[in-house]
Amino acid sequence: MQEIRNYTMNFGPQHPAAHGVLRLVLEMDGETVVRADPHIGLLHRGTEKLAESKPFNQSIGYMDRLDYVSMMCNEHAYVRAIETLLGIEAPERAQYIRTMFDEITRILNHLMWLGSNALDLGAMGVFLYTFREREELMDVYEAVSGARMHATYYRPGGVYRDLPDHMSKYRESPWHKGEDLKRFNSWREGSMLDYLDAFTADFPHKVDEYEELLTGNRIWKQRTVGIGVISPEVAQQWSMSGVMLRGSGIEWDLRKKQPYAKYAEMDFDIPVGTHGDCYDRYLVRVAEMRQSNRIIRQCVKWLRENPGPVIVRNFKVAPPPRMEMKEDMEAMIYHFKLFSEGYCVPAGETYAAIEAPKGEFGCYLISDGANKPFRLHCRAPGFAHLSSMDTVVRGHMLADVVAMIGTYDLVFGEVDR
Amino acid sequence: MSDSVPSSLAERLLARFGETVAVSSVRRETFAELAPADLLPVAAALRDEAGFRFGVLTDICGVDYLSYGQAEWTAESSTGTGFSRGVQGQALGRFNWAGRPEREGGPRRFMVSIQLLSLELNQRLCLHVYCTDNTLPIIPSVTSVWAGANWYEREAFDLYGIIFDGHPDLRRILTDYGFVGHPFRKDFPLIGNVEVRYDPQQKRVVYEPVSIEPRVGVARVIRDNAGLLQARAEAQDDWRNN
Repeated sequence: MQEIRNYTMNFGPQHPAAHGVLRLVLEMDGETVVRADPHIGLLHRGTEKLAESKPFNQSIGYMDRLDYVSMMCNEHAYVRAIETLLGIEAPERAQYIRTMFDEITRILNHLMWLGSNALDLGAMGVFLYTFREREELMDVYEAVSGARMHATYYRPGGVYRDLPDHMSKYRESPWHKGEDLKRFNSWREGSMLDYLDAFTADFPHKVDEYEELLTGNRIWKQRTVGIGVISPEVAQQWSMSGVMLRGSGIEWDLRKKQPYAKYAEMDFDIPVGTHGDCYDRYLVRVAEMRQSNRIIRQCVKWLRENPGPVIVRNFKVAPPPRMEMKEDMEAMIYHFKLFSEGYCVPAGETYAAIEAPKGEFGCYLISDGANKPFRLHCRAPGFAHLSSMDTVVRGHMLADVVAMIGTYDLVFGEVDR
Repeated sequence: MSDSVPSSLAERLLARFGETVAVSSVRRETFAELAPADLLPVAAALRDEAGFRFGVLTDICGVDYLSYGQAEWTAESSTGTGFSRGVQGQALGRFNWAGRPEREGGPRRFMVSIQLLSLELNQRLCLHVYCTDNTLPIIPSVTSVWAGANWYEREAFDLYGIIFDGHPDLRRILTDYGFVGHPFRKDFPLIGNVEVRYDPQQKRVVYEPVSIEPRVGVARVIRDNAGLLQARAEAQDDWRNN
């Protein structure tokens, strides 16, 4: 009889389903995975070391580039760590703005996940639908910060500036004209909050559309139901967080359990799965988009009614208003010192965690009293999730590895840092 | 906010472990320092015993305390002598691979910080473990207690050269295959050591010494936070209207 041996296979780093630069060394017995060894670090940029060499504020932009599909959530953890050490707190309006943008970011992230995961598993159409709505939310990012992705909008002590009172409109072009142009611009006549009102009123129907495509879809269920089952015990052992925990039936959400920003005032539910398989995690993420939509609506309502400052009036950490700089010498000195040397953060250490779309994103910050961090460590949810890969995919088929990479919601910017 | 006040966690820690751990609480966060030899029994107790129940290990990170508290710019004594040029010392980014400082560091140079989370009791704890030997920093691995520690310990080994005794698979994780040195140590140059490029003649990727020069944009400076406190007070009573 012919001797059949296991063989080793290289999956990635250029495989389209590897979500960037994952190199997965798989030991296969036929089409069954016997051992999986993820090789990461191909996108390692030494973010934490770079942060040690720069004043605190100059590293906010690096945070966007960690998990580059949930940009503002990363910033949130970083500025919260700095605020804790400085002993300052952002004004209430800034807290609401942060809460709102965290949830906009969550929808952005889940849309990206839904589209690309469906694409990985063979459903091309969903991708086209989700990117339609992503575009609309990215316009909100652009309106508020000038950048569609890497916003650098959160600052220690608040946010960079108040919400704009208008949205940019489409101009007439060969692609946008006539009735189409009118339809595209119909939401954009008022302020950004009007735009978000229109978006959030419409978005639940869009989620229905995605669910129409997938939730009852026979092929989708064959690819996800019973695949990658993670028990609550395994989830805890492997440091999982976010949807990976909730999909396994553990009701744990930092927004509820250890509220930050304005989540304590928000009315929302935590969706929880029962089986801990890929399908349950899909359902949890879809339900989370609906909850995020609810939170955004509550924030919009509050922000409409309550104008106020969006950054602390402490010129040692936040720049003075531009108008004051024109006429006040002292304000100009503050501005110069802040943007050249930065501010010194009192010695100490802290760990600030937030519920990022992918799980618990934390910033562990040690300061020795200087204007640069002594040590900054970013606790990325994807890193912990990917480390459990070997345990979870053993005994699965090769095609299920793709489903598993998808359900982890990996982004290598944060895994490799 | 949380069900348990961290100070009571600190008290529980003291009652259970006594002299073994040095507990401190700052701003509702609890820290416990312990010796490498005590780590494993304490970790097992923290995971399983009532009052702790730390089922999730959130994070492990290495820290290199070399050059802690060193500034490049003397900010206090400006009146008599004038400001310095802000180029003292050998902070990150001021040296290259050949000129990297030969420093031993203090007696407690390498530290491993372990973040724990209890889902049942909704509490967090940060463990500090200092390595006893600077040339061969070594602490026991906690992978037998929390499986999730596996990659975090590999990361700390890769970036700081801290060895985790008992780790099942202590390989480099983030750096390149065949990388030399531990890049997050404070005596490792910020610009790195080698760079790669594709050589069309040899038709392969070649490694060469880095071509960039060390450069520091903003000097590192340490100031006491009296100014910050003053600004905070001023922000409260809006001094401009006086």
